[in-house]
Amino acid sequence: MITLPFLILFPAVIAILLLLVSADAWRRLVVKAGALIIGIASLYLLFITPETGPGFFPVAFDSISELMFLAEMVIAAFLVYLGIKYKKYLAIFLVVAQAALLVYYESLAGSGTHTVPNLFIDQFSLILALIIGIIGSLICVYALGYMATYQEHHPEVRDRRRTFFFLMFFFLSSMFGLVFSDFLPWVFFFWELTTLCSFLLIGYSGTGEAVNNAFLALNMNLLGGIAFVGALLYLAFVSPGGELLNISTLIHSGHMVALVPAVLIAFAGITKAALMPFSAWLVGAMVAPTPVSALLHSSTMVKAGVYIIVRFAPVLTGTMEGLIIGLIGGFTFLLASAIAISQSNAKKVLAYSTIANLGLIVACAGVGTYKLVWAAILLIIFHAIAKSLLFLCVGTVEHRIGSKDIEDMTGLIVRMPHVAVMMFIGIAGMFLAPFGMLISKWAAIEAFIEAQFGLIFVAILAFGGSITVFFWSKWMGKIISVCPVAVKVENRIPQEKWIALSLLTAMTVFICLAFPLISSHLIEPFVLSVYGATTRLSQDNVIIMVMMLFLLMIMPFSLLWFRKEKNIVPPYMAGRPSTPDLHFLGSMGVTRQVTLGNYYLEEVFGEKRLFMAGTALCLGLILLVGTLTAGVAL
Amino acid sequence: MILPEYAVLFIILAPFIGGLLAGIDRKLTARMQGRVGPPILQPFYDVGKLFQKEQIVVTPSQHFYVLSYLVFIVASGALFFAGGDLLLVIFAFTLAHIFLVLGAYSSYSPYSFIGAERELIQIIAYEPMIILAAVGMYMVTKSFFVWEIMASSLPLILYLPGVFLGFLMVLTIKLRKSPFDLSTSHHAHQEIVKGVTTEFSGPMLARVEIAHWYENVFLLGFIYLFFAWNPLVGVIAIIVAYLLEILIDNTFSRATWKFTLKSAWIIAGMMGLVNLGVLYYLSGVVPV
Repeated sequence: MITLPFLILFPAVIAILLLLVSADAWRRLVVKAGALIIGIASLYLLFITPETGPGFFPVAFDSISELMFLAEMVIAAFLVYLGIKYKKYLAIFLVVAQAALLVYYESLAGSGTHTVPNLFIDQFSLILALIIGIIGSLICVYALGYMATYQEHHPEVRDRRRTFFFLMFFFLSSMFGLVFSDFLPWVFFFWELTTLCSFLLIGYSGTGEAVNNAFLALNMNLLGGIAFVGALLYLAFVSPGGELLNISTLIHSGHMVALVPAVLIAFAGITKAALMPFSAWLVGAMVAPTPVSALLHSSTMVKAGVYIIVRFAPVLTGTMEGLIIGLIGGFTFLLASAIAISQSNAKKVLAYSTIANLGLIVACAGVGTYKLVWAAILLIIFHAIAKSLLFLCVGTVEHRIGSKDIEDMTGLIVRMPHVAVMMFIGIAGMFLAPFGMLISKWAAIEAFIEAQFGLIFVAILAFGGSITVFFWSKWMGKIISVCPVAVKVENRIPQEKWIALSLLTAMTVFICLAFPLISSHLIEPFVLSVYGATTRLSQDNVIIMVMMLFLLMIMPFSLLWFRKEKNIVPPYMAGRPSTPDLHFLGSMGVTRQVTLGNYYLEEVFGEKRLFMAGTALCLGLILLVGTLTAGVAL
Repeated sequence: MILPEYAVLFIILAPFIGGLLAGIDRKLTARMQGRVGPPILQPFYDVGKLFQKEQIVVTPSQHFYVLSYLVFIVASGALFFAGGDLLLVIFAFTLAHIFLVLGAYSSYSPYSFIGAERELIQIIAYEPMIILAAVGMYMVTKSFFVWEIMASSLPLILYLPGVFLGFLMVLTIKLRKSPFDLSTSHHAHQEIVKGVTTEFSGPMLARVEIAHWYENVFLLGFIYLFFAWNPLVGVIAIIVAYLLEILIDNTFSRATWKFTLKSAWIIAGMMGLVNLGVLYYLSGVVPV
């Protein structure tokens, strides 16, 4: 079957092509054609994925592992060079440490068997591939319009768009490689590629802040990378033949052998998924152009982190280590949601909400019963769609109104009606019934009740879930307030942006209708093949949810009826003399204009305070799980 | 199983029960304050009058949000009485309330804006406890479906006394009773005018009022679930609980948002979680 290697190599080819073409018209053509082909090829996977269990596809090329090792050494050298250039010695140390471990691993495993490993696909890989192939390439298309405006607005940033698009597509390529690899050293190779791509993309603008944040991301991900090599080394020791190096055999080899590598890899996943205490890199990553954030948050990078943890959920389930990893996720969910209340920068709110949701996914995967894995996969899907839509909306708004502060988005429904409606749908998708994220949280509550020690997680979900209601609703409220002084500015938005935005909005709604199908055709077979049991939402509830969704879609038509409302009056101003554009006569005879600001409740939900708490708590838990695992390993 | 006929009964009867309840509430409150008070049917006269008023709006989109608020309150209450999934009912109620909040936001009015923010704080204050109550009922009856909880012969209240007390606490918030009537109040002494409802008038305000009646009937139904094994005790419990709420309403002065949030969460943690924890621990020892 040609498709798996094709999906890994084709984006890389497009990437190299984009590095070569400099004319904007050609770039547009290549990006759009490439995105279209990648999207179609990932949809084609639906037809080649076996109904049950994984399908393996042999790779015809022999010396591929050696080439990967060589590439890893070149990357390490390149990172050391950058480290010296920017005087980031910690990064150099981490790179060298990781490379040394890798060389050691290679010397151990090099003497082992030399059968060429297979690529594989099962329903879970397929879901991830669809997310990468469809959402990821839509973001690339959007980036065409965005980067053109970005370079206009930021003349001080050197126009390195060729490198930018190269990295975007290369990122997709490495993500495909990651989800299709069964052989752990290969997973690690692609894992490192995503670290590299994110590092270079975060530092794109080359400002001091960007470089610092890029190195922060690099350091934290290298830490995870070192743990990953540790897992490889451990496996090389316990099975010199190398048969346990495949995920598919490892997760079925029982807790005794698989637990130590699973915990090490889960730690790598935690760094990549930016859970506390490593959340700082994802928050810092928002200095990058918005399409990069969208890519990092929805379809790549952080999804790689949760992907690998969900893969190892069958090993973690029922163990103390798994429970603690779940708790790290749970506390991250609770605290990151709370921090989001105190943020007014839209991208920061989105970042903390991503961190929170990744925490929830890890909580599900760490506890790891089959019902929770079902909920975790559902979360991955819904989060990818709604979050990418929101980032792209914020990016569009930012370019038209010159700010990404939620306070500046007052009356967006008047100023940019279409984008505001899309943003509204995206936000609704994040927390309201009957949209996706809420379905998953609901499923998670039901599943946690039956899990061991699940009550802690139920409590976390009950509190954390209502906290999310607060920050999303006040953002929604800000964009839908009909401010009488707002002026419409929704022109000059490039066509590429509209394409990506409209498709993602349609998907956010459509996926809620289609989710029973996605569940029965993709998620349930996967869960069944791994656990031998599966779950779903009851028929009655599905019908009721669909009815709710239709009701929700009908309601806006009531506006057609109410549109002819004639008696429009200004808001109540406590009887003060005021004008229609909301100027009122204040005290001391001063005329002022009404401005309304949201609550941020800094005292209670301040970032500093809660981040400290989260770091202390989660670091403690990581040390605990480290000690436990060391006990198992020795 | 789910019974649509009960949903229909709810949709038809709830406004009458809710309105009557509001009338009795006002009468009792007046007596507690040493006044004669309005006739029991006064709420119906008020709403009827509101419908006759000329409609004025700040922005036409307010209509959309208020209508959606009413529709989803009715839908979620109907789902509850039909015997649907308790968690879904709770989420649908949250959705309905978000519409009310958005309606307040949409007018860009200072008073309703503050009301909306406070309403959101109230939502995050009460929601955890309500979810924990549903979880508690699940832990005892092994089902989230209202019809199965109703059919259970177990006296839920004996298993969930802490959860019930916690629920009474958040009931005060949901019924918009003092000291937790932050966002809008039935009383005249409101520092942010009418808060969330400041910019709703005429027929639109009438819809908000009717939605509130529906909601109150749902909340009383929720109380009934704790006592469902014995209908007589259930009805008495509802009456006692409501009288208690009226008494609280007339004895306490309004709290700040911080106090509201903290006390609601602490009660949810102390009463609700501890109760559930004990239940969880005991379920290993004594099968429920």
